Amino acid sequence: MSILKRGVSRRRVLRTGMAGILATGVSPMIISKGAWAQDFCNNPDVTGKVVFGLNLPLSGTYAEEGADQQKAYQLAIEHINGEGDGGLLNVFQPSALTGNGILGKKVEFVTSDSQTLSDVARAGATRMIERDGAIMISGGSSSGEAIAVQSLCQELGVIFMAGLTHSNDTTGKDKRRYGFRHFFNAYQSGIGIAPVLAQAYGTDRRAYHLTADYTWGWTQEESIRDATEALGWETAETVLTPLGAGDFSQFLTPVLNSGADVLILNHYGNDMVNSLTQAVQFGMRDRQANGKNFEIVVPLFSELMAKGAGDSIQGIFGTSNWHWNLQDEGSQAFTRSFGAAYGSPPSQAAHTAYVQALLYADAVERAGTFYPPAVIEALEDFEFDGMGNGPTLYRGSDHQCMKSVLVVRGNDNPSSEFDVLEVVQEISREDSSYDPAIFGGELGSAEPVPQCA
Amino acid sequence: MTKFISRKDLTLFISFTAIVLALPFLAAPFGAAYPDLLQRFMIFGIFAIGFNILFGLTGYLSFGHAAFFGVGSYAAMWSFKLLSTNAIPALIFAVIVAGIFALVIGFVSLRRSGIYFSILTLAFAQMSYNLAYSVLTPITNGETGLRMALSDPRVLDRMFFEVPAGTPVPSLFGATLSGWNGFFFSAVFLIATFFLAMRITNSPFGMMLKGIKSNQNRMNYTGFNTRPYTLTAFVISGMLAGLAGALLVVTDPLAGAERMRWTASGEVVLMTILGGVGTLVGPVIGAWVIKYFENIFSSFNNNILYNFWSFLPEGMQSTVVYISSKFVGEGWHLTLGLVFMLIVIFLPGGIMEGARRIGALLERISGRTRSRSELKPTAAE
Repeated sequence: MSILKRGVSRRRVLRTGMAGILATGVSPMIISKGAWAQDFCNNPDVTGKVVFGLNLPLSGTYAEEGADQQKAYQLAIEHINGEGDGGLLNVFQPSALTGNGILGKKVEFVTSDSQTLSDVARAGATRMIERDGAIMISGGSSSGEAIAVQSLCQELGVIFMAGLTHSNDTTGKDKRRYGFRHFFNAYQSGIGIAPVLAQAYGTDRRAYHLTADYTWGWTQEESIRDATEALGWETAETVLTPLGAGDFSQFLTPVLNSGADVLILNHYGNDMVNSLTQAVQFGMRDRQANGKNFEIVVPLFSELMAKGAGDSIQGIFGTSNWHWNLQDEGSQAFTRSFGAAYGSPPSQAAHTAYVQALLYADAVERAGTFYPPAVIEALEDFEFDGMGNGPTLYRGSDHQCMKSVLVVRGNDNPSSEFDVLEVVQEISREDSSYDPAIFGGELGSAEPVPQCA
Repeated sequence: MTKFISRKDLTLFISFTAIVLALPFLAAPFGAAYPDLLQRFMIFGIFAIGFNILFGLTGYLSFGHAAFFGVGSYAAMWSFKLLSTNAIPALIFAVIVAGIFALVIGFVSLRRSGIYFSILTLAFAQMSYNLAYSVLTPITNGETGLRMALSDPRVLDRMFFEVPAGTPVPSLFGATLSGWNGFFFSAVFLIATFFLAMRITNSPFGMMLKGIKSNQNRMNYTGFNTRPYTLTAFVISGMLAGLAGALLVVTDPLAGAERMRWTASGEVVLMTILGGVGTLVGPVIGAWVIKYFENIFSSFNNNILYNFWSFLPEGMQSTVVYISSKFVGEGWHLTLGLVFMLIVIFLPGGIMEGARRIGALLERISGRTRSRSELKPTAAE
């Protein structure tokens, strides 16, 4: 007793410690036992609900794109559940959707703010899978996020329908069996924009690249550089800028003395709005260099960015995945229901989000089960039409959609605050296709992971 | 028999262990009982305990601890890529690298104290962040983050057995470490770290550190050279930060530069102050509160709020939802800021001081009722 009063012996501590370690080793088996009852992660037959996990940047550099995507997802879920005017359900061919949820179950959704940061995006996706029982994760307005979440989804055995991500790596060297992308990529932008640039600006230009310093910027810079150098352009210099830099003046000043006559901004979202506005304030568009007019090119454009940049955008070339002013039935139907619900035309980010949600729902209907390998099989090499991009193929070898690409230009005389872009040319699916082998990468296995919590 | 651990400490240690291991059940009513968040509870608990060994004991306020956290992450990831997917070599490697890194930064920064020390560490951390974000991209892969790939060498694995097909994931001798396994794996380390911190606090070395905190000049005058002590504390705390960073990569195999940002350094300061500087349990509680806010409050959207306030009448409901929506979702920082302000103003000692005060109050009440009942059973009111 006297020993106990003074303290505890070393032997006693060791003994207690061993017991603790044993208990630690045993308890995971007790707790994770329930997980084995499902044959795949968050099986709706077991959980009793169909939950889409929307992982969107609601703050940060790409916040505006994220907010627009969220609206589109909500609209898609309404239409899948048979509410609203049905939107693209009426024009999507071939469609197995009934307007009664998926396999008779109504779709719910949970959201997570990814803050345009990969770490946070992964934490959010994990929460939605582990706690909220998400059967599918969608979203991401940055390729860094999309790639990080896509590899997580592969590990957890949950299908990831990528939203806005334009990096070649998403379906290139970082492609995954569980990840699918409807949006086009930087390589296709290069194929699309190069001939237009040659026509407008000639073939003896010197280009200066400012590039967002992450996967998307790197691959876009590479693709655009290759495409323009194939025309005969030279590349004066390529400079990496941190994502979300805000002030680009320190990067813009050296451009003036570099001997370049074209500035290529591999920026997106707020970064692009800031860098373009500042470049215009520097008087770059009124300058002459090498006896030619100085030009600015923004290879990836969106309506939201064009609106943010205001007058600076007029006459600037870029590419887009989709534009609300397209005259086909699918684009019209989507623009109509989005406009009726939110009072503004949808952006390309919203369009791709909406289409991805519908494509997933349709694939589950066709597979007749939520079992991911079956859904993956239904999506791979699926040929469809009526979604606004013409006939489209979900290529099985890299999970990239093959469809036409738009070359756009900032509208000189906008008729309304939404009419900021005009479509210059539509690059056909045949011309924008490429061999998936050029990017390497491996899809990996479709087998579901049994250890989902 | 020598006295190894006091009765009081043993009780504290056992109850801490019990609470940590029971978290999957205890956290369930708060909607926090899913492996990813509980892993974070463990990992940031380790981070905060490590930070508290420096800040709580010596009083040196480092604003750059996220650098060690990030270095640990990258080191662990490189061990996964080059050596083996086993977590043990990765953790050892990460702790060593973070320790060396802390030794270098500590050696320079500890030549100054007070605000100058804080600014120096902040500068070093911001430098490391920028290096990781845009200069050393071949090593860190910049904003995209470092991940494992099929083509990684993984020398040790390939030497001993056929590498299985498919994406590599961190493991512990064959068992994968995501989900609940990852939680219990990190929990063991949190408990061990807690034990270490307890031993350090009660050791002569810990007394020395406390002496430095209360009056470094006096320590110098009595003939102690304080710098080796502060440097040791700095390195230990850097190594624990590295351990936490490595565990984050073990449970979620992606090493990104964001975790080295100054906001991450500030976060661990907040955790420690919120919980109670210099206390053993305080930093862990602070870490849990902040991670809870970050992961749960930020996921509330308007639908959840409408359900929460559904008992209110129609018009009032939307007003209340509108107001409360500013404090959740993207606005979770606002709520955290308010909580932090309230605690710093009314409970300078953090949550632990609050717990002590409540404890004292309960004791006084029970004491008073007892004495009153003895003296005068019928109250005048």
